[in-house]
Amino acid sequence: MHHLSRRSLSVTLLALIFSSSSVAFAEWQLDLTPGVTSISEQVFDMHRQMLYWCTGIGILVFGAMFYSMFAHRKSKGAKAAHFHESTTVEIIWTIIPFFILIIMAIPATRLLINMHDTSSPEVTIKVTGSRWKWHYEYMDYKGDDQIKLGFFSVLSTPLSQIHRPVLASGLFPKGVGKDEYRENGDYEPQGENYNLEVDNPMVVPVGAKVRLLLTSDDVIHAWWVPDFAIKKDAIPGFINELWFNVPADKPGVYRGQCAELCGKDHAFMPVVVEAKPAAEFDQWLAQRQEEQKKAELAASQSLDKTFTKEELMAEGEKEYVARCAACHQANGQGLPPTFPALAGSAVAQGPAADHINIVKFGKNAMPPFGSALSPKVIASIITYERNAWGNKPTDGVDMVQPRDVAQ
Amino acid sequence: MADGAAHAHHAHGDHHHGPRSGIMRWITTTNHKDIGALYLWFAFAMFLVGGLLAMVIRAELMYPGMQLVEPDFFNQMTTTHGLIMVFGAIMPAFVGFANLMVPMMIGAPDMALPRLNNWSFWILPFAFGILIFAIIKSFLGIAEAPNFGWTFYAPLSTKFGPPSTDFFIFSVHMMGVSSIMGALNVIVTIFNLRAPGMTLMKMPLFVWTWLITAFLLIAVMPVLAGTVTMMLTDRHFGTSFFDAAGGGDPVLFQHIFWFFGHPEVYIMILPAFGIVSAIIPTFSRKKLFGYHSMVYATASIAILSFTVWAHHMFVVGMPLAGNLFFMYMTMLIAVPTGVKVFNWVATMWRGAMTFETPMLFSIAFVILFTIGGFSGLMLAITPVDQQYQDTYFVVAHFHYVLVTGALFSIMAGAYYWLPKWTGRMYNETLGKVHFWSSLISVNLLFFPMHFVGLAGMPRRTADYALQFADFNWWISIGGFWFGLSQLIFLWIAYDVCFRKSGTPATAQVWEGAEGLEWTLSSPPPYHSFTTPPRID
Repeated sequence: MHHLSRRSLSVTLLALIFSSSSVAFAEWQLDLTPGVTSISEQVFDMHRQMLYWCTGIGILVFGAMFYSMFAHRKSKGAKAAHFHESTTVEIIWTIIPFFILIIMAIPATRLLINMHDTSSPEVTIKVTGSRWKWHYEYMDYKGDDQIKLGFFSVLSTPLSQIHRPVLASGLFPKGVGKDEYRENGDYEPQGENYNLEVDNPMVVPVGAKVRLLLTSDDVIHAWWVPDFAIKKDAIPGFINELWFNVPADKPGVYRGQCAELCGKDHAFMPVVVEAKPAAEFDQWLAQRQEEQKKAELAASQSLDKTFTKEELMAEGEKEYVARCAACHQANGQGLPPTFPALAGSAVAQGPAADHINIVKFGKNAMPPFGSALSPKVIASIITYERNAWGNKPTDGVDMVQPRDVAQ
Repeated sequence: MADGAAHAHHAHGDHHHGPRSGIMRWITTTNHKDIGALYLWFAFAMFLVGGLLAMVIRAELMYPGMQLVEPDFFNQMTTTHGLIMVFGAIMPAFVGFANLMVPMMIGAPDMALPRLNNWSFWILPFAFGILIFAIIKSFLGIAEAPNFGWTFYAPLSTKFGPPSTDFFIFSVHMMGVSSIMGALNVIVTIFNLRAPGMTLMKMPLFVWTWLITAFLLIAVMPVLAGTVTMMLTDRHFGTSFFDAAGGGDPVLFQHIFWFFGHPEVYIMILPAFGIVSAIIPTFSRKKLFGYHSMVYATASIAILSFTVWAHHMFVVGMPLAGNLFFMYMTMLIAVPTGVKVFNWVATMWRGAMTFETPMLFSIAFVILFTIGGFSGLMLAITPVDQQYQDTYFVVAHFHYVLVTGALFSIMAGAYYWLPKWTGRMYNETLGKVHFWSSLISVNLLFFPMHFVGLAGMPRRTADYALQFADFNWWISIGGFWFGLSQLIFLWIAYDVCFRKSGTPATAQVWEGAEGLEWTLSSPPPYHSFTTPPRID
């Protein structure tokens, strides 16, 4: 269990304080992770080295202070000395720290040069941040630059685990979450990887140097996986480079988060990387390419099809809850003034073309979904929004087909 | 010059020497002690407002999941908490100290530019009124307050900023005007109104630190004004300073902001150095060790502060040479800062110490500020900083230097000079209760932030993964406790200032205190030194 109950936590803490048992600390991570890559291990060593220097200097300085506070107190009859300068001493304690800094700077410089070397990668993936998801596009693998695989990576923790209002009046200050308030507090338990899980993780082969090209569609985000000790900003209009190489014996799932404030759902934008043995990666890549081709085909075919309202509404509700409810809320009430209500809204009941445009291209705080979602998904979401919560479109268009969206 | 000012006052006769009565005294006052008191009470009020916002943050973060506020409102809280604490609490508090103490320390009757002084204070309530108005509107669900962090990075604050961003820009401009005028006043006062015989190298260290701080303010506040003006034109007048689509660069924003922002950090700590350098010698009954090197160290820190700004930007993708340069320069700052800490320890060494509340806060300052300095040194190491950047480790670092650093020095200074200002001794027992309660709670609040930060919790997040849950609960408890502890100080200050209780203070107040301010009565006469004292 990752989270202890309050009571057992207090008991554990008391036990810790009084018995100095270190067992319970296994539950908590107190220090930086050594990570899994050679870079992350060097970063960890550098961190530890700094920590030891600081601890050592701290013991000396604070030791002198505390000794002085105990020995040189007036209540013990101490008489103040009269010295108030000493050029020799002052020069010594200016020069010694300077040399300590040089000792710190040498390995730091070496390590930084190493981290900046993004040359000769085996895999190149373009990472695009947008509010509040990551897009991974495989650009190059072993010299093949025609991979044509790209997908979005979105938080998969359901809202029902996130929303746990403690007041019956709902989420302060706007009354949102009222529906979710439970007097007995039996909320859905939060899973082990709460807030650190996504629908489609980035998949990479182990034992290969992976280069990331980072950019953003809107605001600045930062891509960070602590186990690789790499973090860099994704900046709109610019490309940053980053690299990591997961050792062949360390396949696994590595988790991180967006590290730069990027607006409302900054806390809900995790990074998940799955490192697979090369053979499994090849298999995964081929399978995903196949799936993507099929999806593209289905999307283009969907333009010729006409779906029934029931089909669109069923898919629309599902997609709305997954994609839209974080801001506009499952009950369509939104979080005004930033995120307007859709129930009774002028857009959701106005001309269908305007409604489509906002969903496709975004507006103010709303990100564009035109490239993230297929026409069919957008059509079903719009159909759902135009009919749910008692909405009645004024133009009579209560159903939108994929081809209307693609136009 | 000093003589001239003093004579001019004498010529006017005695009827000008007393304050006016009623509310107009405070609105029209040009008296340095009145304005100093206004600054300090204003800063304390803002401290309570900013603290209240922090309580919302800590209440939401007590448990994983969203319990009280929605994420956008949470972002508004972190933003306004930072802005109000930096610009509304810490900075005005130090200006208050400068107003009250600089004339008394250099033997002057008042500040050199008294009307400017009045204006620079009275701008502030309006500047923060605007900001607080935006917060109230957000509480009521009418419009959202600024939500892009106190660093207001573009394009989150430009293209994607809420309408209240323009209020925020106006408010920052007003704060800047106020700061620049306050700084000018300090410089002119120190250069022109020193008592005869007080050479620069005889000035108390507090006066020195404020002189250097004032130059920093004049150098960087216009840069901040430039930044927000560029934001304004980007938002409304079609420029693209910070938008790549129009040929601009979002990173340019960060360079300009931190060119202001890093000296700003020292603006908030240099006067703190000055305050503890006054207090530690008093209660050690021994002169400050290494006065000259203290002055040189302060100046070095100020000069270096212009060459380290991009250490806030180690992950924006600067070239290797840039990262290395800013790493080396940042590490260098440890040298003069170390000198200061060593000098304070050497001042205490073989003194005859007593531990009244001002001394307790000062000692806590030295220790906890040094801890903040250590984490600062760790953050300077670029390759490791890429792990620390934007985590709670950074939050822990700057709260150690700003809360247990700057704020503790303000508390220390307030206790130290309250008897001088009011003529009454504050309640020492309550002062000690305030100190110990603050000390324990502040460490419960900020120390575990190092752990969750190292374990990987990003800052400015409204929610977090489950492995951070236990520490966050304790951090919140520490936060509420620390917040409540400050009400003890409110009572102590109210008690001596308004209830006029406490035993009358002597002119000397503290046995070991040295300096011109202790030659004046407690409370001092309305025009501090009408005849300049002679310094030998």
